[in-house]
Amino acid sequence: MTTFNLNGRAVSVHSPDDAPLLWVIRDELGLTGTKFGCGIGCCGACTVHVEGRATRSCITPVGAIAGAEVTTIEGLDPAGKHPLQTAWIELQVPQCGYCQSGQIMQAATLLKDYPNPTDQDINAVMAGSLCRCMTYIRIRKAIKLAASRMQEGARGE
Amino acid sequence: MTRRIAIAVVAIAFIGLVGFCILAWRPAIAPIEPPNQASFTAESIAKGEILSAEGHCVSCHIRPGGQPLAGGYGVNTPFGVIYGTNITPDPQTGIGQWSLAAFTRAMREGVSRDGHHLYAAFPYNAFTELSDDDINALYAYLMTRAPVSATIPPNTVPFPLNIRLLEEGWKILFFRKKSFQPDPAKSAEWNRGAYLSEAVSDCGGCHTPRNALGAEELRHAYAGAVVDHWIAPPLTDTNPSPVPWTQEELFSYLRSGVGGLHGAAIAATMTPVVRDALDVPVVPDADVRALATYFSDINHASVHASDAEAVTKRAIERSALGSGQEYDPDANLYASACMSCHYNSGTAPLVARPELGLNSALTLPEPTNFIQPVLRGIGSRDGAPGLVMPAYASALTDADVARLAAYLRRTRTTLPPWTDLEKKVASARRELTASR
Repeated sequence: MTTFNLNGRAVSVHSPDDAPLLWVIRDELGLTGTKFGCGIGCCGACTVHVEGRATRSCITPVGAIAGAEVTTIEGLDPAGKHPLQTAWIELQVPQCGYCQSGQIMQAATLLKDYPNPTDQDINAVMAGSLCRCMTYIRIRKAIKLAASRMQEGARGE
Repeated sequence: MTRRIAIAVVAIAFIGLVGFCILAWRPAIAPIEPPNQASFTAESIAKGEILSAEGHCVSCHIRPGGQPLAGGYGVNTPFGVIYGTNITPDPQTGIGQWSLAAFTRAMREGVSRDGHHLYAAFPYNAFTELSDDDINALYAYLMTRAPVSATIPPNTVPFPLNIRLLEEGWKILFFRKKSFQPDPAKSAEWNRGAYLSEAVSDCGGCHTPRNALGAEELRHAYAGAVVDHWIAPPLTDTNPSPVPWTQEELFSYLRSGVGGLHGAAIAATMTPVVRDALDVPVVPDADVRALATYFSDINHASVHASDAEAVTKRAIERSALGSGQEYDPDANLYASACMSCHYNSGTAPLVARPELGLNSALTLPEPTNFIQPVLRGIGSRDGAPGLVMPAYASALTDADVARLAAYLRRTRTTLPPWTDLEKKVASARRELTASR
């Protein structure tokens, strides 16, 4: 049994220690916003936050996150209004949408590390998050929009 | 004539054997009733708690998920698995019947209360240098823990190496009872660090190479060694980290598990030294700083410090390789599997983004410390607090991991390529599968 926090709530799960965190989140805990993509940690669709940092959940054994705080797209913002989420909607980023929760979770870590990211920062950090609809141009725009709003917000406080 | 010679040889061998047995034999020390808790001072118990943490006793004297100090961790030695014993004061399965004299003899000479020799997996070669005061404090601490009734699995050391009397032969060859000798030319802090390293924390236990019989080669103290499928890197000036391990870096690494310019304590053998020992709140900062002072002196950090800034800058520049349009398939694999975390920009790497170009995993002569974390991943309690790395064993093939290793060695260092990478990945994967 592994105990951890999921979106601020303590959970205990019965999956074996080597079960991928993604399976636990989707199948045992029933949160399906996080998607299964490649299953080998190379596409980014399954990205969640562990202790606030983007982590590929499809190849992270649940035993490895015992006691940690895990955040999924459902918990990124209580009202679903994280600056990235509002920018995503405003710029109509998704096409089919399948990869987008992973994209947003990865982008959130990017903005935490680099609040004013250069194109190179975006390319490097987002390179592992694939989008078969090729929405990359809008993803980049939305990241920059969210970054500028977050910085304005930070200045306004 | 031949017969006489034969008789003489047998007689000499017999006398030799009897002599050895006399030399090797140790008496039992009489059992005692578990001592009255009130017979220990609070001060002594508190000091023992600190020493017990600094000596990371609990790393071996526990089974995974079990009670602290009740034993059961299996130490993989080349001679078999040796299990840490129960050192809670349970009279039957622990050390409840041990007098201070029996405990002192075990620490100083590696002999159990009942007279049998302990394997050198128990680092009495380090503890022999403990001061009387410190041994008394450890005794006070252990004897005031809650007794836990727990038996440990039998060791797997094969016959005849499991004859404990033979340990005396090992001791004659390699063990000297001694006390810690401070270096009067060095500061009190340096000497405190040396004492902690030699007598308490036993840093040499992993970082000093061992000979074929498992004894530390003291002429090569801290020169680095392979331990339990990881490389314990050299702690001397032959350490291959691109930037030197300064006192601040060492302090941060030992205290919190992560040094911003060197990465995190992720090795299965190093994680417990931080988690069970040096980041335990009772351990004073001053002791961890003393260790950092000692090692930043013996590795000559100050001599190598001058170009740290330039090396860091170059590493961060290379960190962006593969972030643009690339035709190199290795760079593309790196970009999709690794780069979202292992990328840095600006002037200094972020602690949460371990900069591989500065990590000794890429500059050691063997790829061991690169392959291990890639296959195993890193849990939230290993290395940097809260930082997790997925386990790529189920994701990448041996060829993929080998490609990543070769690519990083080629682009992040100026060192010659590693050899037989795919074989080494396959072998690490076999060990990992076998251990589960």
